[in-house]
Amino acid sequence: MAPTALPVEVDEPTSDTTADPDRPWIVLVWNDPINTMDYVAWVFQTLFGYSREKATALMLDVHHKGRAVVSSGTREKAELDVYRLHEHGLWATMQKDD
Amino acid sequence: MLSRRADGRFDLTLSQPERALLANLAPQLRELLATGADPALRRLYPTAYPDDDEQQAEYQALTHDDLLQRRLDDLDLLEEQAGATDLSEDDVVRWMKAINGLRLVLGTRLDVSEDTRSVDDDDPDAPAHHLYEYLGHLLHGLLAAL
Repeated sequence: MAPTALPVEVDEPTSDTTADPDRPWIVLVWNDPINTMDYVAWVFQTLFGYSREKATALMLDVHHKGRAVVSSGTREKAELDVYRLHEHGLWATMQKDD
Repeated sequence: MLSRRADGRFDLTLSQPERALLANLAPQLRELLATGADPALRRLYPTAYPDDDEQQAEYQALTHDDLLQRRLDDLDLLEEQAGATDLSEDDVVRWMKAINGLRLVLGTRLDVSEDTRSVDDDDPDAPAHHLYEYLGHLLHGLLAAL
């Protein structure tokens, strides 16, 4: 595999992404082969105050389904959450909920 | 490796070679970060807005220097405290972030995948794979004590 597999950037129409201010943003964390499962669960607990059970369930979702929604809210909140996830080395993206 | 004391701080027991290794790795990644150009660094700056180049450019402009500075600070701490036996909880967290950053860069360089299990000892990348595995073991040990 060429080392170009992360993050896959897809050109999708984005014309409506800022039209509805009430539609919340969601923060996604994507599976990656480097971050360990216990570290990812710990990051979810630490950053979002989730219980160990919820953090572990989200981590397993990421691992088995390839991604999971870990938080949502205003664009500002979502961007801050993404930043904190990036600071901890997790592969996080954000998008309008649909 | 790491154990929480009654006063809330942590006792760290690592061998001298392990401490020397960490003290040596931290400045190596700091140098690489300073160049900013190595493709192995890409996992340290993920894309926040994969479907919006304009917002991604804004996000990157807003966060890149701050992300870089925090990583440099955490690596400074790791190097300074590589010989320490007493850490605060905040120190432990910053150690973990620094060690995770080292794993991300090394794992990217080695093109680690879910299927990567072990490599033959005569593989030229074997020492790097062993180092990658050791850092995972260290991270796990630190996490277990929190």
